[in-house]
Amino acid sequence: MASNTTNDTESLISTEVSVDRTHDQPASPETVVEATDIDVYYGDEQALDGIDIEIPERQVTAIIGPSGCGKSTFLRCVNRMNDQIDACRVSGELDFHDKNVYDDDVDPVALRRKIGMVFQKPNPFPKSIRDNVAYGLNVQGKTEGVDERVERALRGAALWDEVGDQLDSSGLDLSGGQQQRLCIARAIAPDPEVLLMDEPTSALDPVAASKVEDLIDELVEEYTVIIVTHNMQQAARISDKTAVFLTGGELVEFDDTATIFEDPADERVEDYITGKFG
Amino acid sequence: MSADTERGNVREWMSDVDLRWVKRKNRLFHIALVGASLFGVVMLALLIADVILDTLIGVVVFEIDIGTFLTRAGSSDWANAGFLGAMIGSAWLLVFTLFFSFFLGVGTAVYLEEYAPDTRTTRLIEANLTNLAGVPSVVYGLLALGVFVNAMRLGPILIAGALALALLVTPIVIVASQEALRAVPDGMRNGSLATGATQWQTVRGVVLPSAMPGIVTGTILALARAIGETAPLLMVGTVWGMRHYPGPFDRFGAMPTQIYEWAFLPEIELQYLAAMGIAVLMTILLAMYGVAFFVRNRYERSY
Repeated sequence: MASNTTNDTESLISTEVSVDRTHDQPASPETVVEATDIDVYYGDEQALDGIDIEIPERQVTAIIGPSGCGKSTFLRCVNRMNDQIDACRVSGELDFHDKNVYDDDVDPVALRRKIGMVFQKPNPFPKSIRDNVAYGLNVQGKTEGVDERVERALRGAALWDEVGDQLDSSGLDLSGGQQQRLCIARAIAPDPEVLLMDEPTSALDPVAASKVEDLIDELVEEYTVIIVTHNMQQAARISDKTAVFLTGGELVEFDDTATIFEDPADERVEDYITGKFG
Repeated sequence: MSADTERGNVREWMSDVDLRWVKRKNRLFHIALVGASLFGVVMLALLIADVILDTLIGVVVFEIDIGTFLTRAGSSDWANAGFLGAMIGSAWLLVFTLFFSFFLGVGTAVYLEEYAPDTRTTRLIEANLTNLAGVPSVVYGLLALGVFVNAMRLGPILIAGALALALLVTPIVIVASQEALRAVPDGMRNGSLATGATQWQTVRGVVLPSAMPGIVTGTILALARAIGETAPLLMVGTVWGMRHYPGPFDRFGAMPTQIYEWAFLPEIELQYLAAMGIAVLMTILLAMYGVAFFVRNRYERSY
């Protein structure tokens, strides 16, 4: 049985992962987001338990794990979207460029202008494509060169060729995959540093999903990407680093994606990756 | 292949069963439901037919001139009595009721849905609002009489009547607006907040525009209720035998109070004036419902 498992792992790696993907990074990239002993509670229920993680700049960091393990909760800690949930309490330190975002003098609105987010379900506004992309610029008071920025963001989201001639039509009339890329364009238009993606392809069909994956590959040239996914093949394909959360809100292992998928240190990670549970 | 299984003969299950009684019950229940839902429609049709008939009788038998009726103010002489004064009174009431109730109602709904924490106090306020929407209108009339007419010394003027109607419809506007706001998916709020928008930018830029068709529809329906209300205006103190075109600060009457007055008086001719007044009022009401229906179908979308 044990040897079987190993074989499964190897076949997974050999067919699905070209593991030595690199983004031409310097040997030790700078840490952008650093969590130290992060606990999160929803009421009396603990969602995250002592998370320590260092997210490197301009790389794709994937967070994988079974449902309810707190992966999305962690993502929402980074841009303090958890503030929206009344019962949610966060303790510990979460540094963005060495500044704890939970310090009293940090304004979550200002923080979110530096950290964009893309959600599981595409959520374009009932506005024109142009107004959707320009939304962040508008609310942040960036009124100069809006048209150029909108075009750049749509090109950056690999959507310009499809919608460049219909910027005035409603964002809601696009297909699901286009809507998700529109949301990515909306997130990158104000030029944030970090892009949080919460299962961005799970509501899309495989073709649209693979387009978004290709896009992530390009986005990481300019942005630090943290992506939550429950699709292990996806994590293996697109990420440089992988964090494995397991039930109970625990970060079990965090390492280079190749190491996680080829030679995980923790037995539970190996069990999870080979599909023994999850 | 045999039809016999260990549970019996398959063909017998399907054909040798008497389901007539069960099916008859099914059909009876269906008919009962259709009948119940038709009841309201039939009553409305009868009402409209009756009003049209009375109007025709008024025009043909009593030679009431529709032109005079729609272009003159009230008069003690029924042949010269018109409905225009009452219509103008109702129009002003509508404008001021809208003004008083819309911003207050929508503002309250936005606060409750978008800002208020989910505490016991908030839930108490919401429960009370739902109850207020069901309070009899005459109670609001008495409240307006006590507060606006007497305590604030406004006197029985049109503005006081509009305030009474605003008291009446504001809870309805609030509840309708809350429902419209709740129908806006949270994904949109999150999308906006995560882009670095403040709460207010999110409300103004994304939530309110998405909810506006529902809010407008609910407000029109609430105003349609206000325009047909008689009791609160009688409590505030309307003019009997109104012979002028009321302005906002004048003593006033409105369509329903004028109809009430005509129907109350003994002369047979006045009964037909009342019927014609009802025809006008119902036409306006149906037009308002039509607009609300149009707004809902044209602009409201699901996400």
